[in-house]
Amino acid sequence: MDGVTDICIENGKIAAIGNEKCKTQNRKPKIIDASGKLVVPGLIDMHTHLREPGHEYKETIRTGCLAAAHGGFSSICCMPNTEPVNDNQSVTDYILRQANMACGVRVYPVGAISRGLCGQGLAEYGEMKAAGVIALSDDGHPVMDAQLMRRALEYANGFGLLVISHCEDQNLTAHGVMNEGVTATRLGLAGIPNASESVMVARDIALSELTGAPLHIAHVSTEGSVRLIRDAKARGLPITAETAPHYFSLTEEAVINYDTNAKVHPPLRTAKDRDAVRGGLADGTIDVIASDHAPHSTVEKDVEFDAAANGLIGLETSLPLSLKLVAIGLLNLGDLVAKMSVNPARILKLSHIGLKLGNPADVTVIDLEKEFKVDANTFCSKSRNTPFNGWQLKGRAILTMVGGKVVYREN
Amino acid sequence: MRFDKKDILDMEGLSVEEIELILDTAESLKEISTRAIKKVPTLRGKTVVHFFYEPSTRTRTSFEIAAKRLSADTVSLSASTSSMVKGETLVDTARNLEAMNPDAIILRHNAAGAPHMIARLVQASVVNAGDGMHAHPTQALLDMMTVREKKGRLSGLRIAIIGDIAHSRVARSNTVGFVKMGAHVVLAGPPTMIPKGIETLGAPVTYHIQEAVKGADVIMVLRIQKERQRPFLFPSEREYAQCYGLTTESLAGAKDDVLIMHPGPMNRGVEIAPEVADGPFSVILEQVANGVALRMAILYLLLGGPR
Repeated sequence: MDGVTDICIENGKIAAIGNEKCKTQNRKPKIIDASGKLVVPGLIDMHTHLREPGHEYKETIRTGCLAAAHGGFSSICCMPNTEPVNDNQSVTDYILRQANMACGVRVYPVGAISRGLCGQGLAEYGEMKAAGVIALSDDGHPVMDAQLMRRALEYANGFGLLVISHCEDQNLTAHGVMNEGVTATRLGLAGIPNASESVMVARDIALSELTGAPLHIAHVSTEGSVRLIRDAKARGLPITAETAPHYFSLTEEAVINYDTNAKVHPPLRTAKDRDAVRGGLADGTIDVIASDHAPHSTVEKDVEFDAAANGLIGLETSLPLSLKLVAIGLLNLGDLVAKMSVNPARILKLSHIGLKLGNPADVTVIDLEKEFKVDANTFCSKSRNTPFNGWQLKGRAILTMVGGKVVYREN
Repeated sequence: MRFDKKDILDMEGLSVEEIELILDTAESLKEISTRAIKKVPTLRGKTVVHFFYEPSTRTRTSFEIAAKRLSADTVSLSASTSSMVKGETLVDTARNLEAMNPDAIILRHNAAGAPHMIARLVQASVVNAGDGMHAHPTQALLDMMTVREKKGRLSGLRIAIIGDIAHSRVARSNTVGFVKMGAHVVLAGPPTMIPKGIETLGAPVTYHIQEAVKGADVIMVLRIQKERQRPFLFPSEREYAQCYGLTTESLAGAKDDVLIMHPGPMNRGVEIAPEVADGPFSVILEQVANGVALRMAILYLLLGGPR
């Protein structure tokens, strides 16, 4: 249904698509003129950290939702590494309550794989599922015990819950703070080898094969991981994968000058890895672009590089950075919408996918021609930890709608 | 030539001419330390803060003596005596020091890049006295001073650096510095202690110390850094001494007038045999003596002229 057309929205749902059909509907419509703009299904970011409960000085569910709306996202998943951890229904309930009082962006909580993210025992998936978690992950804390991961995949599968794996071997990472290689050597910083990620990708693929359970691999950053996932998909395994804009936009060189805003887990890699991630996006190996929005305050970032927290914010730069891939011809707009909306919806088994009749009217309007300079001080997020500040980008969301309600509109 | 650097952070930041100026200045200042009254008024009224976040004997004493011989007022802080034990961040500590208007801050820190961060924040000159595994420029400069004094030149010399290259800021700064001055640097150590891509600094790598020692004009032995050791780098100190330690036997292939250097502190019997450390080729204590002159030169060049 690509083309120039009208969309009629009634009672928060898509009531009609097509110029003629729309004319016959509502007698006194409120008109949003999106002529010359791109209207796409509301974008979905399946990997964010909203920091609430526990670290509200970095982000709250409210500010995180505002940042999402500002960035064009109608739905976001939030990872469970809060304080307390989202490993039980009361935390899930709390998150959903706070989300309901926020700006309207849909929030899908991700529950913990292991209780307290400690990697010791399974969290209570049945109870969390009933409370509303959409998937499971120990994001930020890899599940080092292969037996626990196996059981998690099996047990979660019984509830139809997707497991999202943060693939990292902590022993190989050790004290590493950036990508292992020439740059780390020159800067005198401890490195994290690519194998730290790929050995766990290989393990988790094997465990998915063993259990038959679907597995989603978070924030793919290396050439080796892309290759392993490509092979696994070719063999028909139920593997899906995401990467984040910083992995296809930046390399380890961003760390030169010890910029703590470029300190992230997994670390920014080499140009070869960046190109492999782009290749994985182009050929469909990587299904999803997710921001891994990870707010931190100056308390965590204005410190020695070794001591700085990992992570960068992405909700408000994810779409424009992804549009660069369209500009360079790597993806077409359809691919982009797939990776930022349709595929996440399908992987998360959301009831509504895409702009279809009867679906809730989750819509993002994008101005492809809008040129702007990234200014972190204009962000809705509480935090400012972005390595993209000052970048000149083209194209961004000018309107975000959730269930027919406008949650962001550019002035 | 005018020296108009604000800070000395690493060897990458110094040009050949600047290095030569520093070495020449150090040579001319060396004589002061041999006088009966070892003090000149050059830096009278200047304040130098020595902030050592990591333990140090040689470098700290050397900097303090250097500043005092130039008549600067010195203040000394360590992590345990500063508010950093109360949780103050490095940035706040630096801003507070800056508020007292010092002329130079000499910083040693266990985190790579810490001096660079401070240098961006303060007006005072910042001298890196060692940051993590990254750089130790004044050590490299005093090593270059020692070699130049003994050999009359740096260019064309064959320099072997042996040991734990991966964790050594001394290895990195010496490699960058000596290569810049036209010397041939060879790095040697067990593969577990050779960091990825180090050869891009312009120094070939070997895993056999005999190869590195062969024809060497200078051999620098690095310390096994017990405080920075990660697991599984080598099986035992005993085996390390056997395979990678510098002994009278393993010295055999070097030039007849080879110089043996060590940045200290030494693990005698591990990376260097006592008879080599104390032997006729050793210039280890001369390195220490030159350290004072070199640091006087750095302080003089940074603080002595108009800026």
